[in-house]
Amino acid sequence: MKEATREIQKVEKGNLKSPEQTRPGPVYLPTVDIFEDESAISVLADMPGVKAQDLRIDLRENVLTLSAHVNAPESPSETFALREFESGSFFRQFTLSEVIDQAKIDARLTNGVLRLQLPKLEKAKPRQITVSAS
Amino acid sequence: MLFRRVWPSRPAFDHPLAEFDQLRREMLRMFDSLAGADGTIEPAAGVFPPINVTQDENNFYVRAEVPGIKADDLSISALRNRVSISGKREIPKEQQAVSYHRKERAEGEFNRTVTLPAEVAADRVEARYVDGILTLTLPKAEESKPRQIAVTA
Repeated sequence: MKEATREIQKVEKGNLKSPEQTRPGPVYLPTVDIFEDESAISVLADMPGVKAQDLRIDLRENVLTLSAHVNAPESPSETFALREFESGSFFRQFTLSEVIDQAKIDARLTNGVLRLQLPKLEKAKPRQITVSAS
Repeated sequence: MLFRRVWPSRPAFDHPLAEFDQLRREMLRMFDSLAGADGTIEPAAGVFPPINVTQDENNFYVRAEVPGIKADDLSISALRNRVSISGKREIPKEQQAVSYHRKERAEGEFNRTVTLPAEVAADRVEARYVDGILTLTLPKAEESKPRQIAVTA
């Protein structure tokens, strides 16, 4: 499966500038697992604090973009005693070399983990060719 | 978010240098937010889960980023001014044979104890787990609440 590692390549930061930020706050790269089998590519991304309506998944010209904004859960009356994480935005892009069946994409967000199922188009699936002897 | 540092896992508020410790942590945080020319912060290995502690007049709030676990796998205990969060994060095995391109998400057991600036009423602590964030609301113990003192002429 050597070829497989080339299937998905993260867009290098220098190659593709992320869109200019209009919201204040830090931008984080969500940690992801990406795997594929014969029929689909799956992406699992840790995005704590993200609500389904604030998550945007975009696939155009083989570039998959995940972006989300997290609103700070603290109320204004609270003061910090210890701070190890900050709320901000998540942003990450990948290029996919497989042709994806856009109509069958499935995305689920459970407990801050996104599970994205990107089914391959029928014609992109490997086919076993049987040779018949004459 | 996914903002992990090798900080002492028991931040203390009660030793003489606590203020400096807090300052050091704030500065580390500021340096970290400068990381990456385009403002993105790479996930880094370290203490898990990252915890924020805030307070208002009546409560302490402890928030931890623990995405993708079951509420049943979390165990929380509070005693006096200490609160412990422990649990286990499991990444279920995929059903069919798959080949991985990226495997960045970690699994395993974790255990963290935070010392709060004052004692809490351990019997009234509430815990909620929503969207991968655990929020504990810890009411301050009556005796550790500030008291208004009337001045008599």
